[in-house]
Amino acid sequence: MSARLARRDHRDAWLFLLPVIAVILLVAVWPLARTFFFSFTDAYLDEPSVYSMVGFDNFIEILQDRSWWIAVKNTLIFAAISVAIETVLGLAIALLLNSAIPGRGLARAAILVPWAIPVVVATKMWEWMLNDQFGVINKVLSGLGLVDHGIAWTASSSLIMGVVIFVDVWMTTPFMVLLILAGLQLISPEIFEAADVDGIPAWKRFWSITLPMLRPAIGVAVLFRVLDALRMFDLAYVLAASNENVMTVSIYARDRLISFQELGVGSAASTWVFLLVAFVAIIIIGVLRLDKAAGT
Amino acid sequence: MASVSLHSVSKSFGTHAVIQGVELQIDDGEFVVFVGPSGCGKSTLLRIVAGLVAPTDGVVAIGGDDVTDVPASRRGVAFVFQSYALYPHMSVARNIGFALETLGMAKEAVSQKVLSVARMLKVDHLMDRRPRELSGGQRQRVAIGRALVRQPEIFLFDEPLSNLDSDLRMEMRLEIARLHNDLKTTMIYVTHDQSEAMTLADRIVVLNHGRIEQVGTPQQLYHAPDNRFVAGFIGSPRMNFMGVSSQATAGRIVGAGNLSLALASSDLENPITEIGIRPEGLRLVAEGDGRMVCILERIEDLGHEHFGYCRISDDTVWVIRLPEAPSPDRIGKPVGLDFADAAVFAFAGDGRRIALAGLQKMAAEAPLP
Repeated sequence: MSARLARRDHRDAWLFLLPVIAVILLVAVWPLARTFFFSFTDAYLDEPSVYSMVGFDNFIEILQDRSWWIAVKNTLIFAAISVAIETVLGLAIALLLNSAIPGRGLARAAILVPWAIPVVVATKMWEWMLNDQFGVINKVLSGLGLVDHGIAWTASSSLIMGVVIFVDVWMTTPFMVLLILAGLQLISPEIFEAADVDGIPAWKRFWSITLPMLRPAIGVAVLFRVLDALRMFDLAYVLAASNENVMTVSIYARDRLISFQELGVGSAASTWVFLLVAFVAIIIIGVLRLDKAAGT
Repeated sequence: MASVSLHSVSKSFGTHAVIQGVELQIDDGEFVVFVGPSGCGKSTLLRIVAGLVAPTDGVVAIGGDDVTDVPASRRGVAFVFQSYALYPHMSVARNIGFALETLGMAKEAVSQKVLSVARMLKVDHLMDRRPRELSGGQRQRVAIGRALVRQPEIFLFDEPLSNLDSDLRMEMRLEIARLHNDLKTTMIYVTHDQSEAMTLADRIVVLNHGRIEQVGTPQQLYHAPDNRFVAGFIGSPRMNFMGVSSQATAGRIVGAGNLSLALASSDLENPITEIGIRPEGLRLVAEGDGRMVCILERIEDLGHEHFGYCRISDDTVWVIRLPEAPSPDRIGKPVGLDFADAAVFAFAGDGRRIALAGLQKMAAEAPLP
């Protein structure tokens, strides 16, 4: 290809990209830049045009807020535990669905149901089922004689984090299953047949063949889920609003921005959330070496 | 080393019968090739021997023991796959040694065995590479090494050379033949390529639609096929066929190209409906000579041999193998075809071959059974 032809190709490519770039600038870069800008001001939400620059004061203020650190702790605990459970459960279910069991098509469709239900609906549903007086779960437990009075699942400060994790696991394990199942189906069945003839025992086959070959699929699934879990808002907010026991960093940022009308501080909180998520994402990509694993 | 026997083995997937009542005895140390067109069930049959597929019916025995319900890992077989099925995330050395590793063999002993096998297959300089960094031929060697290192009683090969280019295929064919010569282990080899079957096999099993059409040595299949299918499948280029009509009462068969053969005796129940002559059984002669006429349409010059394409009728073109290229100005002109009586294969309406003891003049000289 001549240099001139190559140049023309490049120009055409940019032309095609232009609309997308414009949209991204408008809906992603511009709001982000605005947020970033406001985090250096003392603006309030009722009158955003009146402000003065305050430098890094907002960022420092958040780091000095005890609530912020509780939110960070909650978010990290929630993300770590829920994603860990979802990964193990997702892997187990995917392995089950991948083996040629009868009714596998139906099971595959059924397992997607929780993933298809909107978060708010699912959360409300579980909130009712877990209700201390009218909830079906307490009813069953007391019917079985396991408890003598209903447990206040969503009101107890020691139980509510467990409930949030449980509902999240219930909702998003199907997503894990789907991604891991897709990875499993990419592995040639002949590799397992070879292991079969070679007399590789089942546990060794799992550890030395299945798991290493699934690593890219699991890695991508974990990355997606961790990023999702770190900015989790809806589930905890619907279940407990601003209850400090399950307040995530996103809820914290929303409270500063909307409830307290602090546009500047709220923007700084949002920026911290962004940095936190980006930091964790970089670590995961580095640890799992996803960029390199993609080629295998 | 072990013998293999299959007794009324059948396999159906749903209502689709893939293997139908196969009876086969393979002796200890024999090299047997399953050959047939795609979809004939040859790979399934091999997988049944391996224990990767369970037969719907019948008995599989290895070394005299019924292994129908024994899992693949305990049958003492090694399987080489068409796709190689190497573990992509392991080095060549680990791929070869993985099965030994799980047997709890000492590390030293494993690496020693792996090295000796790798040397034998000339992959010992690639030990640290991953499968994706190897060429197709090298991958196939590693796959064979993985089978070899376990010292199996039986080697099973499922179209191992199909993914290789033709030069490499010839080379690996020789290596596999040498391997069998050295090891004297029972080997079963599946291929759709009849030339691979002819060159490698002690005995060939020709399969079609899940049934065995014929079992025999390459020479038997070539010179005395049981039926039209085997006659057409073995040999390259394939046998020339032509429908004929039997005038049994008149004692002859006639067909296009002025074909007219006298029969000494004839079976009225099973009239000959088709004859076949191999390309190498035909000779090109001057027009008016020989036993048939046709139009020479085209010549293919392969250097060491030549193929002539002769139109006998509107829908029949025969291939003739020629030792020397005929002069080009014969193309498009009528020529004569000659053949020995022994070159003629005759088939009944159901495809069975009819021994041509009945063809006149040939009774004494025919080498056919």
